[in-house]
Amino acid sequence: MTSTNTAVTSGAGARLPRSRKRRAGFSRSQGARWTGWWFAVPALVMYAVFVIRPVASSVQISFYDWDGFGPSTWVGLDNYRRVFTDPELLATIGNAFFLIIFFTAVPVVMGLIIAALMREIKGRVFGATARTLLFLPQIIPGAAAAIAWTWMYSRDGVVNQFLSSIGLESFTRAWLGDFDWALPAVGFIGTWLSTGLCTLLLMAGIGKIDGSLYEAARLDGANFLQQTRSVTLPGLKQELGVCVTITIIAALAAFDVVFLSTQGGPGRSTMVPGVEIYRLGFVENQLGLASALAVVLAILVLLVVGPLQRVFKER
Amino acid sequence: MQTTTRQQLPGIVLMIAAMLFSIIPLLSMFSAALQPQGTVPVGISWPADPQWHNFVDAWNAANITTLLGSSSLIVLGVVPALVIISTMAAYAITILNIPLGRILFLLLLAGLTLPFELTIIPLYQQIQDMGLLNNRVGLILPLIALNLPFAVFWMRAHFLTVPQELSEAAGVDGAGSWNALRHIHIPLAGPALASLALLTFLSTWNQFLLTIVLIQDAEKRTMAGALQAFVGQYSTDVVLLNAGALLIMAPVIVVFLLLQRHFVKALLQGATKG
Repeated sequence: MTSTNTAVTSGAGARLPRSRKRRAGFSRSQGARWTGWWFAVPALVMYAVFVIRPVASSVQISFYDWDGFGPSTWVGLDNYRRVFTDPELLATIGNAFFLIIFFTAVPVVMGLIIAALMREIKGRVFGATARTLLFLPQIIPGAAAAIAWTWMYSRDGVVNQFLSSIGLESFTRAWLGDFDWALPAVGFIGTWLSTGLCTLLLMAGIGKIDGSLYEAARLDGANFLQQTRSVTLPGLKQELGVCVTITIIAALAAFDVVFLSTQGGPGRSTMVPGVEIYRLGFVENQLGLASALAVVLAILVLLVVGPLQRVFKER
Repeated sequence: MQTTTRQQLPGIVLMIAAMLFSIIPLLSMFSAALQPQGTVPVGISWPADPQWHNFVDAWNAANITTLLGSSSLIVLGVVPALVIISTMAAYAITILNIPLGRILFLLLLAGLTLPFELTIIPLYQQIQDMGLLNNRVGLILPLIALNLPFAVFWMRAHFLTVPQELSEAAGVDGAGSWNALRHIHIPLAGPALASLALLTFLSTWNQFLLTIVLIQDAEKRTMAGALQAFVGQYSTDVVLLNAGALLIMAPVIVVFLLLQRHFVKALLQGATKG
């Protein structure tokens, strides 16, 4: 999770519920309804100045060639053309999508398996311990998770220690320095960050499914897998949607974990859009190109997350 | 629903594996942090002679006292202001049903999936123009704004659960909107407000990207942001680095353990509200 938000809701991009219709007989005058705007003004002003304006500027800057100090030159769609044709920049987007496997697919499947097998945690102490431990990766800063795993993956770290102990000595390596293995290794940090949250969310969701549905499925002779398909999955639609949405955003916009564990290296093997935007903007002083990549990233997130909301629409 | 323990066994085994998986990276940092300084630790092992004073040295090296103050200031700047203005906005949109409120809400909703990366370059320029670079105020203001979509969404979800009769009664009694909010809705919203405060505390305290962009001096940053400077300085000293990183994590872990029940509820609700 770029702990941007521990929670992005399934509401993002979903169709909004109708705003509540007030009953006839109680209608305040139009004037009174407009005065209510005073309550919204502080939020609107802050949002306009520190979110809408920067986003608009980003779009604007993306059409220029600008180093942040001197004059800027209008280049039209040139920066965008570079984002989509430069193999180095395209590779960052490819890497972000590759991370989805680790940030989203693995945690959701693992969480689903555990939740389906356990259904509910028996025992108060066990439950409390489980919740505490599984939430830990969620609450520590992503930056700190990067430090923890940098040490885990080092030559003398736990990962190699474990491999040696099960006789896979030949498989040990400096994981984050390895051109082929660094990206999956970084991805696995994402697996660590999301698995607990997904497991707990899905368990909470399974707890809400009516037990009689399972009873009925069992009476119909459905085995565990059939029960999972016909009762658990439909009942968990909303929770699955939330897990998938949050973790995909975390994967595509990853920054903290990659920045502090590998800086995008070795070479550019773990370079992701978030780190590349930072590098282009604050190290290379190519503000136009950085902004174009940022706009593309934001649109990609919407394109991926938007349709998902429809798939996971409430039952 | 009776499931026998025998049937649950695979689930329990996997659950225990997941629990171990969650804690091992932290344990491995702990075991490295207790080794004698200047040695190269190996994996997880309980040190023969645990060097607890490493934490004292790391506390001083990482400047934890200053950082605790700095992070607290940033949190105090962000959380109360954010809770207040998001509650007011959600109240206007939901209970007062202001004209064009839906448009405002949609505008905020669009910000829910916004990658922060899209704002950092113009924000840097903008905060520079305001003369607030390297000043905590220059970090607090954007953080309030960037957290607004979630906060308004959260409070709106709460206000939608308020029985309509109640808000109407308040209106009929001639209590002004402001009084109705203060005396009727705020007391009712206690749990929702507390959860929101916890979640925004967490996201502010852990904020990394905006912090390293807008604040140069490590001692003015959030705890998470300060890690970058600390890693730069101690990247080769595995023992101190792990001790320092653990100290930097410690405050959130302590707060989490103290308020655990509230946190779990807030995180689970926060994810599924809507």
